Amino acid sequence: MFNFFNLGKLFQITSRSTRYVFVLFMIVLAIGLSESLFLSPEDYKQSHSVRIMYVHVPAAWMALGIFSMMTFLSVGTFIFKNKKFYLVSKSLAPSGFIFNIIALITGSIWGKPTWGTWWAWDARITSMLILALFYFMYLLSWKIIENKNTVIKISSLIVIVGAINLPIIKFSVNWWNTLHQGPSLKIIGETTIHSSMLIPLGIMTAAFALFSLLIFLMKFNTEMIKIKNKGLDRL
Amino acid sequence: MVKKVKLRILFLIALVLSIILSVYLILKSLEKDVVFFLSPTDIKNLEEIDTKKIRVGGMVKNKSIIINSEKINFIVTDFKNEINVSYSGSIPNLFSENKGVVAEGFLQDKNYLRAVKILAKHDENYMPPEVKEALGEK
Repeated sequence: MFNFFNLGKLFQITSRSTRYVFVLFMIVLAIGLSESLFLSPEDYKQSHSVRIMYVHVPAAWMALGIFSMMTFLSVGTFIFKNKKFYLVSKSLAPSGFIFNIIALITGSIWGKPTWGTWWAWDARITSMLILALFYFMYLLSWKIIENKNTVIKISSLIVIVGAINLPIIKFSVNWWNTLHQGPSLKIIGETTIHSSMLIPLGIMTAAFALFSLLIFLMKFNTEMIKIKNKGLDRL
Repeated sequence: MVKKVKLRILFLIALVLSIILSVYLILKSLEKDVVFFLSPTDIKNLEEIDTKKIRVGGMVKNKSIIINSEKINFIVTDFKNEINVSYSGSIPNLFSENKGVVAEGFLQDKNYLRAVKILAKHDENYMPPEVKEALGEK
């Protein structure tokens, strides 16, 4: 069972590790940005506008990855009422939402020079917008619902319902004709990004993952402090 | 206690299944609207020509672009069927022969689309120009 002693120990670890994660994030981001903005080659067709990919794609991956994690945590929360799960899920959500917004905005900026439009009601883009709305609903549910038991139930249900959108996002470019291009990295089959572009993409993904971890740790610490201060709220 | 856990699991299964089914039904019935564009083959198979704005997508046929003083004509192909497109206005940078394109406009007949907007569709291949040249030489 999750007791206060455990929570205190966890708090010690998370509050200490924040600064190390921050330093690591800054280093990886510096390498990733110089690789992707200066050292990587331009694309044969899109020339320099391909560099938006190094922000757009990792941001979209993070948004999807964090929502998937939140799905598992929410199922755990809903079924077993485990309090560790919903605290982690609640702390993960803000960075996922931010990355989702970043993916939408950079996609729009990328779309204008390449496709010739800022926005299209294409299956991939629309399903990504729906994901952003689910993140928004999840975050809002914590603000507007006062009763603790209710908010835990409702917020996890929002994530579980929203999770059905995840495979739709992933496969939207395969199931329907879309303006958005198909996947370059496939689970089965060849990768169609040249290695000189794949490496900066990987580094940027690592940097974004570290940023998510950093924001997660900070949010989690805040939640812990809240629980510590409110004796009643003790888990 | 254990009984409640079982009930919650059952509730979740019922919830997820019902939503998956309804989303599937909605998307299936809206398939025509979910697709962003029709291919020239889809156009050929249309039963009647719609007067509404539609989008046609495919590849710009090699050596089919003809630029007049105010109009640009080209052929969109899906390697089975073709459709002629005419357009006047600004074109996106990536628009070129042998590349993907989505033309939005009004169908005049099954072989001719008067476009009001051109979108370039790019593929999932990313590589530096040198690599592309090397591939081309092969």
